[in-house]
This record gives sequence, structure tokens and C-alpha cells, in this order.
Amino acid sequence: MKKVVVSMRNIITRFGENLVHEDVNLTINQGEIYGLLGGSGSGKSTLLREMIMLLRPESGSIQVLDSNVLDLSPAQADVLRKKWGVLFQSGALYSSLTVAENIAITLKEYTELPTDLISDIVMAKVKMVGLPEHASRLFPAELSGGMIKRASLARALAMDPQILFLDEPTSGLDPVGAEAFDKLIVSLRELLGFTVVMVTHDLDSIWTIVDRLCVLGDKKVVAEGSLEEVMQHNHPTIESFFKGSRGLLRSRA
Amino acid sequence: MDIDSDKAMISCHAEKNVYRIICSGDWDLNHLSFAINQFKKIHKELPQGMAARIDITAVEKIDSSGAILILKNIDILENKAHKVDVSGASDDQQKILDMYRRQLNYVDNNKVKKSLTIIEWLEKLGRNTTHYIRNSANFFAFLGETYSAFFYYLIHPSSIRYKAIIKNIEEAGVRALPIIALTSFLIGVVIAYQSAVQLEKFGASIFIVDMIGISVTRELSPLITAIVVAGRSGSSYTAQIGVMKITEEIDAMKTMGFNPFRFLVLPRMIALMIAMPLMIFFADLVGIFGGMFVSKFQLNMSYAEFINRLQSVLDVKHVWVGLIKGPFFAWLIAAVGCYRGFQVSYNTESIGRYTTISVVNAIFLVIACDAVFSVILTELDI
Repeated sequence: MKKVVVSMRNIITRFGENLVHEDVNLTINQGEIYGLLGGSGSGKSTLLREMIMLLRPESGSIQVLDSNVLDLSPAQADVLRKKWGVLFQSGALYSSLTVAENIAITLKEYTELPTDLISDIVMAKVKMVGLPEHASRLFPAELSGGMIKRASLARALAMDPQILFLDEPTSGLDPVGAEAFDKLIVSLRELLGFTVVMVTHDLDSIWTIVDRLCVLGDKKVVAEGSLEEVMQHNHPTIESFFKGSRGLLRSRA
Repeated sequence: MDIDSDKAMISCHAEKNVYRIICSGDWDLNHLSFAINQFKKIHKELPQGMAARIDITAVEKIDSSGAILILKNIDILENKAHKVDVSGASDDQQKILDMYRRQLNYVDNNKVKKSLTIIEWLEKLGRNTTHYIRNSANFFAFLGETYSAFFYYLIHPSSIRYKAIIKNIEEAGVRALPIIALTSFLIGVVIAYQSAVQLEKFGASIFIVDMIGISVTRELSPLITAIVVAGRSGSSYTAQIGVMKITEEIDAMKTMGFNPFRFLVLPRMIALMIAMPLMIFFADLVGIFGGMFVSKFQLNMSYAEFINRLQSVLDVKHVWVGLIKGPFFAWLIAAVGCYRGFQVSYNTESIGRYTTISVVNAIFLVIACDAVFSVILTELDI
């Protein structure tokens, strides 16, 4: 039995009159790359934001790394926040800081490491995500889309997180860049052994790197499991996702 | 979290021909400070040329910072011609060490820090000068585009954005009335108070009317109104246009054939030029009332007496001089505000910077323009 790192039970989310989640349940095991799927507006990103304490569901329970996220003291929440890294859709690098300063900021604020060791760690992370050395001195405004994703991945990895949350990591990248980014995440997972939770609707990522996934539809999880297991279901959301012309192309290959 | 209980420990002892460094505990971000200091001691203590062996059998946890710390110290020792090896690493630990060995490259911190020499100072001066010249040229280009859009308006009156102009008059003019009322009332009060004390000494209290009437209508109302408007509308013009630039709305407008000068700049400029004289007139009334109010309580001068005196001493030309400045100030504020908005580059920080620059520039230009008016009008005996 694998260790469970994230579990969400009976989540109900409502924005005003609009019911987004009605009894959502999911389980994420240690060490896996877990995909959250669903059409636009199905509440995938909302679910992710609830895991990382940016939003509160109306009711339900969320366990992340053995802590009950909805019932934490501010101090406990701070401890938990240092155990994960988040990659936002648009990168969300601090525009007033260079790439190196962006990566170093949590190390500077939360540890007592000397600055020379921090800058060595930062350079190692910069190289690890495949950025050229000179990129560390640039400001976010001077980076291309792919470099922004890589830089914010390096920032998410700065504190050696146990869970990495990715919000549409490959959106806005060209197919070559997206594939390289997927490979990077797989190889880093091999090396560092973290768990990856990603919101995505990139079919290529789903076919190539995701171990387990859940599909959101009709305000619920319509299927959860490995790709083969999910494909067995014949819910309309899954049909349209994997059996549309783009999905078919993949399953024939 | 108890930091001390599982911190990274080092103990060391010299054997016959190898210096053993035994590591234990958690080698992660939060537990390294003891180990860092210990390594510094080892660098000093280690006898010349002696081989060192770092034993990490007892290390329970290692993360990137721990691995980098060990690798870095190996490099420092090897640079001093010691032979160093690592023993007792588990498979996982060896994998982590190998990976960071590949990633590690040191930055030369000396290269980054430079002292400011005379050459660099000259270079900076040159850069700033060319920047200033280019900036001025850009501003004239901006004005040129605005005028060409204005002539387009004249040739095609149907293309004038009447609705946008009226909306901007409401936004920049009507909604500014409360704050303008408050500031100019207080200015009237302050002027009246200060002069009441002085004039009373000479028994010339009645001259307070001349004092307030002329200074408020001719100089103070236009200036105060312009400063309030620069702070309120100038900054919002920069921020609005800047955000539209960041979100690529300006580019979208251009591709649809909506000239941003016709759609964004001119409506704001024209609206402000219409609203400003009206606001100044409003400020005149409130400012004089402020003075009247103080005169009544400080000098026991009735409202009727004040108004009677005002009619005989305040030539209408003073009011006109004040009002005529309005469109000029408005033009400066709107031009600078919009121009700085277009200069915003594609990051959030530059909005704040250009908004500040826009307000500072606008207030400076308004005061400079007021000085020019003063000189010219005095020379013309108006």
C-alpha cells in the first residue's frame, strides 16, 4: 500500500450561486505524477488552489502530507507551505527581482544558510532546470515563455519540496518545448523523488508522463486511476476528451 | 520544529595517514549551520597534504543544500592539494551527490561587484544624456501623432468620440469637485488667516478682500486645481493606458484599425481642456468663500461688506487670466499622463514607476508654465 500524500474527501465548492464541485473525492499517492483533467470551467485549477490553501471549499476535508489543511494554525500552515513548491500558469515570477533572486528568496527568508552557499544552490537549480547560466541575472520581463516556466520551476524546487504543484505547466509552450518540459519533470522526479500534482489539458503530457489521473466533469470526479483504467469508462466527458479527433490520433499511435 | 535535536553533526579525528570526517544527522536546509562552521574549522586544522575521508554513513537525510555543502568543501580541500573521498553513501545519497556534482558551477562573486570608476561614471553620464535626448524626441513624436489625429478629427468631425469625451469630463472633472472644493476652501482660509494678522497691525483690514480676490483667482485656484488634477487624473491616465499596453489591448486596437491616439489620447486631452477652466472657476468661488468665512470671524467683516468691496477691486481680467491658464495646464497634464502610459513596458513594476514619473513631470510642467504666464502677462501689463 502506497503512502497517500494528498486526499480530498466530499469537497463542495460554490462561488456565489454557482456550484463548482459537488462531492469531489480524490487520492494522490507518494511519488506519482498525478494529472487533474477536465474541460474549461470544470474547476481543476480551483481544486488545485484548495490543496495549496489559496481557497477554502464550502465543506469537505483535505489532507496534504498528513495535515488537515482546513484546520491548521498559522504556524502549522507555514511549516506545511515550506514542504511544497507551486508553479503558476503564468510563472508569477516577481518582476522586480532577477531570476537568481527569485529562486533564492525562500532560502534567504526561511533558512540561515550563508549567502555564498545559497548562490551555489541557486546556480545548481538554474542548471538543473536547463537554463543557461547568464539567465540567472536577467529579469522576468527579459525571458521567453519557456524560460519563464523553467525559472519558476527552479523557484518551486528551491526548498527541495516533497510535492510539486503545477498549474498547466506546458500551456503556452510550443510542442518541442512542452515535450522537453515534460521530460524535465520526469527526470527530476526520478532524481529527487517528489510527488507531482498537475492541472493539464495537454493530451501529450497525459499520454506520456502522467501515472494516475482524475477527470472532472458534471461537478464530480467521473473517473480516477491509471490512463487505461480511465479509458474504460464511457462517460461523455472522457469520450470527448480521449475519443475526439486529437485523442484518437494518440491512441492509434 | 526542534532544530537542535536532529541537526547535521560533524566529528573528526586524524588517523595515521587519513583525516576522517564523520557526518551524521539531517543534512537539510534547516540543520546546516553547525556543519558549516565545523567545515571552516576543518579547513584550518587539516595538516598540509593529508588525505581526508568524508564518511556519510550516519547521515539520515540529505537534500540539495547538504549535498552542495559537502561537494563545495570537497572542492575547497582539493584545491589545497588534499586528496578527498566520500565513503558510506547509500545508493540514493550517491545518486543525489552525483547529480549535484554535474549541476555545480561556482559563480565568481568578484566579477559582479564593481567599484564606480571615473570611466564608468562618464559612461553613465553619456547613457543618461542620450536617454534624455531620445526621451525628448519620443515626446515630440507623441505630440506629432496626437496632432495628426486631431487634424483627422477636424476633417472627419463624425469620428470625434463625443461619448468618450463626456465620460472623461465626468471622470476627471465632476468627480474631482469635492476634493477641489475642500483644497481651495482651505487655501482661502489659510491666505485669509495669514494676511488678517498682518493687515490688522496696519489697520488695513479691508485690503484682505483685494488680497484674497486677486491671489485666489489669478494664481492659486489654477495652480491648486492643476496639482489636484495632475495627481488624480494624470496618474490614472498613465495607469489606464499602461495596463492596456501590458494586456495587449493597445495592440488589439491597432490591428482593428482603432488609432489609440483618436480613441484614447484625444478624448482625454479634450475632456480635460474643457473641464479644467470650469473647475478653476468653481475653485475661485470656493476659495473666495473660504476667505470671506475667515474675515467674518477674524475681522468681523460681514459678507455684504466683503462682496461690496470685492466688486469694486476685483477686475474681471484677473478671473480671465486664471481661467485662460486652465486649458494649457490641462493639455500639459493629459499629454504627459498619456505619453508616460505608452512608455510602460511589459511588466507590472513599470506601471508604478511611470505613474510616479508622470505626476512629478506634470506638476513640474504646470508650475513652469505658470511662471511663464506670470512673466508674459506682467510684461504685457495685464
